[in-house]
Amino acid sequence: MDMLLAVTLTIMTAATPLIFAAIGEVVAERSGVLNLGVEGMMVMGAVCGFGAALFTGSPWLGLLVAIAAGAAMALLFAILTLSLVSNQVATGLALTLLGLGLSGQIGESFVGQPGVKVPNYNGFDPLIPFAFILIWAVAYVLFRTKAGLVIRAVGNSHTSAHALGYNVIAVRYLCVLFGGACAGLAGGYLSLVYTPQWVENMTAGRGWIALALVVFASWWPWRTAAGAYLFGAISILAFTVQTLALGIPSQFLSMLPYLVTIVALVVISGNRMLTRANTPDCLGQPFVPDR
Amino acid sequence: MQLVLEKRGEQSVRMAILSPLIAIALTVIVGGIIFALRGLNPFEALYVYFIEPLTQDWARQQLMVKATPLILIGAGLAVCYTANVWNIGAEGQFILGALFAGLIPVYFPGWQTPEVMIAMVVLGIAAGMAWGAIPAFLRVRFSANEILTSLMLVYVAQYLFDYLVRGPWRDPKGFNFPKTVNFDGWQVLPKWGDVHLGALFAVIAAALLAVMMWRMLKGFELRVLGSAPRAGRFAGFSSERAVMFCFLLSGGLAGLAGACDVMGVSGQLQTPYSPNYGFVAIIVAFLGRLNPLGAIIAGLLLALSFIGGESAQVTLGISDKIAKVFQGILLFFILGCDTLILYRVRLLAGRPSQFQSAG
Repeated sequence: MDMLLAVTLTIMTAATPLIFAAIGEVVAERSGVLNLGVEGMMVMGAVCGFGAALFTGSPWLGLLVAIAAGAAMALLFAILTLSLVSNQVATGLALTLLGLGLSGQIGESFVGQPGVKVPNYNGFDPLIPFAFILIWAVAYVLFRTKAGLVIRAVGNSHTSAHALGYNVIAVRYLCVLFGGACAGLAGGYLSLVYTPQWVENMTAGRGWIALALVVFASWWPWRTAAGAYLFGAISILAFTVQTLALGIPSQFLSMLPYLVTIVALVVISGNRMLTRANTPDCLGQPFVPDR
Repeated sequence: MQLVLEKRGEQSVRMAILSPLIAIALTVIVGGIIFALRGLNPFEALYVYFIEPLTQDWARQQLMVKATPLILIGAGLAVCYTANVWNIGAEGQFILGALFAGLIPVYFPGWQTPEVMIAMVVLGIAAGMAWGAIPAFLRVRFSANEILTSLMLVYVAQYLFDYLVRGPWRDPKGFNFPKTVNFDGWQVLPKWGDVHLGALFAVIAAALLAVMMWRMLKGFELRVLGSAPRAGRFAGFSSERAVMFCFLLSGGLAGLAGACDVMGVSGQLQTPYSPNYGFVAIIVAFLGRLNPLGAIIAGLLLALSFIGGESAQVTLGISDKIAKVFQGILLFFILGCDTLILYRVRLLAGRPSQFQSAG
C-alpha cells in the first residue's frame, strides 16, 4: 500500500509541471494564439525561480519570480505576434531558442549549487492540489463566465469579436501573458520542487510535450490533467524499469515519453471529429484591427 | 500615443533587403549593452566578437567549416518554410545522417576504395530523408502536427546516437571512451586546410534550390501552396505531396550536413554530440529571407556568431553561451523587422488633434 502511494505521488510530481504549462497554453490557444515558445518560457521560469530562491532563501519568492519570468517572455512574444503581427510559429520558435540561450547564460553560476526546495507538509506537496484548483478555475472562467465567452469568441472568430466591440488584441495579450505565467510556474516547479537544482536545458522538451498535451486534450482543461497523468505514469514507468535492470538500454527508456507523445498525437489527430470540433478557428491567424 | 500598422499595397522590396540589416544592427546594439552590463568595454568586446575572427586565417577557415552545415540545412528549411511546411526537427535528421555515415567505418573499417566516400555520403542523406519522412507521413496520413512530431524525433535521435556510440558501436580499442573508431583514408572528406568538400556541396545545393524555387514548376507550386493554399488546390497542386517533398528534401540535406560534419571535421562519432546546427539553421533560413541563396550569407553570419563566442571566451573570459543569446535575439529582431515589409508603422497621437495650435 505504501508502495502504491509512493508511486502515485511520484507520478503526480512528474505530471504537475506538465499540467501547469498545458493549462496556460490552453487559454492562449483558446484565444487564438499559438505560442510554441512554451519550452523557452518554462526554462526561463526554471532558471529565474532557482536564482531568486537561492539569493533570497525563500522558495515561495522563487516561484513568484518564475511566474514573472514566464510572463515577461510571453510579453516579448505578444509584442511581436500581436502588435507587430509576426508569424506565430516562427516567433514561438524564436522564443524557445532565446529562452534556452538566455537561461544557459543566466544560470551559469548556478550549476552544481544546492537548490532551495519548496517545503512539503508531511510529504505532501501543496502545488499538486493547486494544479487542480487552477484547472478548475480555468475551466470555470472559460465555460461559465462572460469573460470566457469573450476569450473563445476572439479565438473562434476575431473579426466578429472585433465587430462586437471587443478589443481582440487586448484579450489576446492577457491570455498569452497568462499562458506565460503558467509556463514560468511549470519551470519553477521543476527547479524548486521536482529536482531542486539548475541544469542547463533542464526542461528537456517538457514544454513541447505540454504543447502536444493541449492537442491531445483537444483544448479541454480537464483532459490536460488526464493526459499529464498518463505521461507522468509513463515517465515513472521508464524510470522504474531502468532501476529494475531488465537489460533494456536506458536510452530506449528515456526515448519513451517522446515516442508516446508522437503516438498520442497520431491517435488524437487521426480522429477528425475531436480535433475539428474543438480547434479554435483563428488559431495562429494574425489579426490587424481596422480603424 | 498609439502604434498603428497600415497594410502596404504590395510588399516593400526596399524593406525586404533592409529589414535583415536593421535586425543585425539592433542585435549588435543589444549585444553591446549586454557586454556593458557585464562590465566590459562594449566596443572592444564587439570587436573581439564580430571582427577579430575575420582577421585570422584559421578563424576564417573555421567560419567556412561551421557555415557548411548551417547553409545545407538552412537552404532546405527555407524551401520548407516557404511552402508553409514546418520541419523543426532538422537537428534529428542531422544526427541520423552523421550516425549512418559512421555505420560503414564501424562495420567495414577495411573498406578503402573511393566508393566508400560516396557510400557514406549517400547513406547519410538516406538516413536524414528517412528520419524526415516520419513526421511527413504522420502529417499526411494522420494529420498529426509536424512541428511537434519532428521535434520529438530530435530527442529520440539523440538517445539513439548515445546508445549506439556508447554501446554496440564503441571502439573496442578506445580505452572505454564513448566514441567509435577513427575514420580513415577514403572515409574522410578531402580537405583544404580545415575546409572540407562539404562546403562545395553547400554552395551547389543552395544554388540548385534557388533555381528550383524561382525557375521550375516545383518551386512555383511550393510558393503557391505556402502563400495561398486554396489557390494551390484549385491549380491541382497536392499539399500532401508538397509536405512529403519538403521533408524529404530538407531531411536529406540535413543528413548530408551530418555526414559531412563527421567525415570532414571530427572523423569519428563521439557522444555527447549536440552541435545545435539543426536549430540555428532555423535562424539561417529566416535571416536569409527564406531564399536558398540568402542562406549562404546568413549561414556565414551565424557561423561568425559561433566563432565569435569562442573568441570571446578566450579573449574576454566570458562563456561562449553568449552565442546562443545573440542567435535568439537576432531571430527575434528579424521577425519583428519583417513587419516593415508588409506594413507601414505609424505613431499616432492618442487624442484627436484638432485643438493643436500652429505655434
